[in-house]
Amino acid sequence: MTDILSPYSRRGLIGAGLGVGAGLLLPDSAMSASRPRRGGRIRAAGMTASTADTLDPAKGANSSDYIRHYMFYSLLTQLDRNLIPQLELAERIESSDQINWHIRLRKGITFHDGATLTAQDVVWTLMRHKNPATGSKMAQIAEQFAQIRATSKQDVFIRLTGPNADLPAILAQTHFGILREGTSDFRTANGTGPFLCAQFRPGVRTLARRNPNFWKPGKPYLYEIELISIPDETSRVNALLSGDVHIILAVNPRSSKRIHASPRHNLMVTPSGLHTNLIMRQDRLPTGNPHFVAAIKYLFDRPLIKRALFRGYATIANDHPIPPFHPYYRADLPQRALDLDKARWHLQRAGLKGTRLPIYASPAAEGSVDMASVLQEYGSRIGLNLAVNRVPADGYWSTHWMKHPMGFGNTNPRPTADLMFSLFYKSDAAWNESGWKNPRFDRLLVEARGEANQAKRKQLYGEMQELVRDYCGVSIPVFINLIDAHDRRLKGMYPIAIGGMMGYQFAEHVWWEG
Amino acid sequence: MAGASSRSGMSAALTLIGKRFASSLLTLLLVSMTIFVIAQLLPGDAAQEALGQSATPEQVAALRHEMGLDRPAHVRYVSWLGGMLTGDPGQSMVANMPVGEVIEERLPNSLLLAALAAMVAIPVALSIGIGSAMNRGGRIDRALNVVTLAMVAVPEFLVATIAVLIFSVNLRWLPSIALASSDMGWGEYLRGVAMPVLTLCVIVIAQMARMTRAAVIDQMDRPYVEMAVLKGVAPVRVILRHIMPNAIAPIVNAMALSLSYLLGGAVIVETIFNYPGLASLMVNAVTSRDMPLLQACAMIFCAAYLILMLIADVTAILANPRLRSQ
Repeated sequence: MTDILSPYSRRGLIGAGLGVGAGLLLPDSAMSASRPRRGGRIRAAGMTASTADTLDPAKGANSSDYIRHYMFYSLLTQLDRNLIPQLELAERIESSDQINWHIRLRKGITFHDGATLTAQDVVWTLMRHKNPATGSKMAQIAEQFAQIRATSKQDVFIRLTGPNADLPAILAQTHFGILREGTSDFRTANGTGPFLCAQFRPGVRTLARRNPNFWKPGKPYLYEIELISIPDETSRVNALLSGDVHIILAVNPRSSKRIHASPRHNLMVTPSGLHTNLIMRQDRLPTGNPHFVAAIKYLFDRPLIKRALFRGYATIANDHPIPPFHPYYRADLPQRALDLDKARWHLQRAGLKGTRLPIYASPAAEGSVDMASVLQEYGSRIGLNLAVNRVPADGYWSTHWMKHPMGFGNTNPRPTADLMFSLFYKSDAAWNESGWKNPRFDRLLVEARGEANQAKRKQLYGEMQELVRDYCGVSIPVFINLIDAHDRRLKGMYPIAIGGMMGYQFAEHVWWEG
Repeated sequence: MAGASSRSGMSAALTLIGKRFASSLLTLLLVSMTIFVIAQLLPGDAAQEALGQSATPEQVAALRHEMGLDRPAHVRYVSWLGGMLTGDPGQSMVANMPVGEVIEERLPNSLLLAALAAMVAIPVALSIGIGSAMNRGGRIDRALNVVTLAMVAVPEFLVATIAVLIFSVNLRWLPSIALASSDMGWGEYLRGVAMPVLTLCVIVIAQMARMTRAAVIDQMDRPYVEMAVLKGVAPVRVILRHIMPNAIAPIVNAMALSLSYLLGGAVIVETIFNYPGLASLMVNAVTSRDMPLLQACAMIFCAAYLILMLIADVTAILANPRLRSQ
């Protein structure tokens, strides 16, 4: 088992492109002989804690919130390890035109307070995202819900403003956790999820007890989970190694050796779509010059960034935001690599030799300061004079992000290709980071969204990847792997590429063998 | 005579307390203004920080309005001040609950940690200080000198990290994180805070011990001590009866400074041991631009500092007959 666990073999697997179905990268327990058993208390440590911690799924803002919400709430659907939506509270989701959707709910599901789940609860939960007073993080996405109504006690009808084949995947985001109609007090949680909320103290801890009436037979296995947060990474790793916590989120690649050295602990590496990207604003000069953009894209030494910045815990990217394990990834697109001659040629065509250009980097965008330095070094070899401006993480997103001709962004994984492209690459998107405008891309985006045929969809998303790679003012050198670690007695873990700790859903699936 | 002097001492102390109380209020006002102005200079506001990277201008504007951040700065300050005067520190912008409730949860943790550290640190520091002063120039003095100097020089994050590596990761004696929760027994709590207390002690013991030694030695060279020694008074009695009453003022002063540090300066220890105290709450408030919470924390730290300084001064007056009669 230890062989499978060594980072080299796992990296080899990823490198070989076997990442489709991140489930193939099963680290340990799921493949070992351990059978699920009931009982056990564990303590889990996330990475963010603040007074902003919330039990309102609509307001969920960070990994700790997502983990907490998956413990207490169930959703209509859930993404599996291949990022394919599976039915949860919904028994059926159907649509013939991708506009009008019929959802049939499972029968006999109860909330923690004993009330039975009805279509009214679902309608109310989904509609509250459209209410500005809710402060939902999904407000923009919920705009496409034209009409939602209950057609019977078990049936919900949703009409969208336009065709969207991704609705089942959209509903799998933790923000759409199903609440009881009229819930307004979020000091405790009343969901249909695997755990009951025994205590919630924002910024300190969340105590979850097994829900004996959970609708999935036998699940969950753990009796109790105490979720805390340890923002300091070194302290988090120490807490795991000393046995004070049993699973931790977000291990720095530098700490991976320490966890490997411990016979009692496992690392779990999740290849993800998380990336730090260089933004070259298309509405400014000189970054708006296509030759300049091309030169910079040829200037990234991707293997070096993967090796030196992330100690191998990264996946090489091809200047577009769809990671290799994604169902819609286009594999036949040539990989862009470091090419100083091409970069020099493009730079000459752009007429920019010898100019001094500032590039804004910040610890807020993981790895960006080092990426900028690497770029600066290679730039000096072709006569491009880049000046790295390191700015503080505090306030970076409001003061610097997208505001300079050259700067860095950092984007979390999104469950669907459509969300990624709609939020960050559509011409009129609020976070169209580089401000590029490509009418063909915009047309393809709408077409792919309404396309139910998977092969056709894959082809459309493939062309969009090519457009972004070749023409967009954004360069993505690598995707950053997520690293978690856990006590070996915690069994049943496998990576789900949407986030750490099994796409934040570990609570429902794991068991304790102690 | 003694009665009269102590009465005048008391009245001197009372006048001092009265004057100090008035100047403390002024200090608090100035500090709150300074913090407010500096916090305004920080990039971004609570609305932008809360919405983070994924904020659209409309969302920011809406949240700003909800938080009342669309009002001019001076209006916000005055309304906060008005609330403070009526005993209402306001509503935390980020936690969506009264600042009082947020602080209520953290303040006891901080006070308890500081009290435990003080209970350990003060006797140890006094013993080290007096011990090395009595052995001035001797081997014990030099050894203690080196040790305390080393303790002053080593940064607390290093002490804390090494302690965690030894006592929790390798030996597994103590928990690496201090989880303070209300349903914990005292034994469990003490085990949890053992290392944070130890780390805090390392820092403050060294400072206090060196101040004590200096103050005691300063007195030892005085003629009255020489006289007492020539009279044949036992060394311990010389220290306790003759020297300490005269050396107490600077010692208490050093202690007050160290104790105020224990309350507000414990942020590194709180971070490393994940202890839910007030200092990390304040850092939290700064990064989320939660002005009411930040101001409340600042007021508490400032008030604690002023109170400790006042105690030190009153002690100095009561201990010194010359100051008493002034």
